[in-house]
Amino acid sequence: MTVLYLKRAIQDILQNRFLNFVTIITISLSILIVSSAILFFINAGQIIALWQKGIRIMAYLKPEMAATALPGLTQDIQALDGVDSVRFISRDEALAELKAQMKRQSFLFENLAENPLPDGFEIRMDPSAQTWKNIEAVAARVEAFEPIAEVEYGQRWLGRFSRIFDLFRLAGYAMGGLFFIATVFIVANTIRLIIYSRREELEITRLVGATDRFIKIPFYIEGLIQGALGAICGLAILFFLFVLLSSNVEEGFFSDLFQIRFLSPGVMLPIVLGSALVGWLGCHLSLKQFLKV
Amino acid sequence: MHGSEKDAIIRMFHVYRYYSARKALCDITLEISKNEFVFISGPSGAGKTTLLKLLYLGERVSEGQVLVDGINLARIPRKRIPFLRRKFGIIFQDYKLIPSKSVFENVALVLEAAGMKSSLIQKKVRGVLRLVNLEDKSNSLPPTLSGGEQQRAAVARAVVGDPQIILADEPTGSLDAASAGVILELLKGIHIRGATVIVATHDEALINQIGGRVLLLKEGRLESAAFVEKQYDSSLS
Repeated sequence: MTVLYLKRAIQDILQNRFLNFVTIITISLSILIVSSAILFFINAGQIIALWQKGIRIMAYLKPEMAATALPGLTQDIQALDGVDSVRFISRDEALAELKAQMKRQSFLFENLAENPLPDGFEIRMDPSAQTWKNIEAVAARVEAFEPIAEVEYGQRWLGRFSRIFDLFRLAGYAMGGLFFIATVFIVANTIRLIIYSRREELEITRLVGATDRFIKIPFYIEGLIQGALGAICGLAILFFLFVLLSSNVEEGFFSDLFQIRFLSPGVMLPIVLGSALVGWLGCHLSLKQFLKV
Repeated sequence: MHGSEKDAIIRMFHVYRYYSARKALCDITLEISKNEFVFISGPSGAGKTTLLKLLYLGERVSEGQVLVDGINLARIPRKRIPFLRRKFGIIFQDYKLIPSKSVFENVALVLEAAGMKSSLIQKKVRGVLRLVNLEDKSNSLPPTLSGGEQQRAAVARAVVGDPQIILADEPTGSLDAASAGVILELLKGIHIRGATVIVATHDEALINQIGGRVLLLKEGRLESAAFVEKQYDSSLS
């Protein structure tokens, strides 16, 4: 029976080529837009995560702090949630590192009468707890310790960017939801047109003793096929555009730091299944209305 | 030859059918026995087609009750309607063949809808197409066939599921004498095999050729019921 239903669904698609083609193209465009957004969010998210990985918290000590308090303070910081490692950097060590980093501008240090840098701690976060929220929380708690003069975790802009990015992500979800609903209605309308164009045939099928199930199942299969084909076409177009654009991006722009990647099979499969569900839902809406009559 | 309550396959009690204010059928009470050959006669617009539609639930009665093989159609659940329809083989006046499907597919549809196995469908459809002499047209699309061939295809579709009741609405209405004769022979054969045959027609010649009980409808009312002697040999097949 399943073979019969599948055969009838394929026959129906071939008999209504134009309407089915329009539906598949419409689904493809929706999938193209939604999957482009997903591609952007995945890659941008990975770039942000990479940047966040490089973040370390620098805590500078007050000049008058006694050296005896150092081991206790190190332990206190190490005990904070999410802290992976704490390294004390003396002011002399810091100056030596700075000089090493600024070899070409070494003349700047020639006239220094005294080392202007403070003692400090370099705090690295546990990678699993390295969310922006945790970094901020640890920084605030370190700053609260008496001997600490100032805390800096560089790239504060990254926090702001991260929040804006989260907002974009939310907007992306809303957009995805809207496209989902719009596509369901578009599929519902095209299936309705197909049903309308075949109403006499369906009426005859009913009169010869066909059950609702017998009439409905091929349409559901048709909806699933439309949805899945639409998704495959949409993803194929996106892949083509991705290859075209990524080959034009200046080499080395990201290559040292990050490799832009296309959607993984683990992301594409849910897109195809979701799109098939859209086809099924659209079909369900139309049939529900048709079979009421 | 009125059906006794026991062997009646169709019973109607005070059936009315209105279309807005117009009464298409008015106070129809009748019984039809199993394996009876009944004509519903009357001029155009008398309500013959409407009466047939009430039997297979193509339409619902406005008032009254219809029983088919003991099933009260007023109480039949929606899900059971397809099973009721499988008791009927319907020959429509306008054939109602699906133009985009071949003759074979049109006939096979009845069996597919009943969930029959593909191998059995092939066998049964070939057999019935042989019976109506359309074997060589099994792959043709209905619009490419003559009126008589289309009507024979419609007969094949009506009988392929071995229904208990055949409903034929003006089965020879638009056919020439030769084609009408073929359809007539087919209806006789179906009757002899045990089916109840109900033919809606205004063709008196057809009634006289076959014979049987004639129910005369006029303006939606059952005017009379008469019996016309059979003029064919029941050993015919």
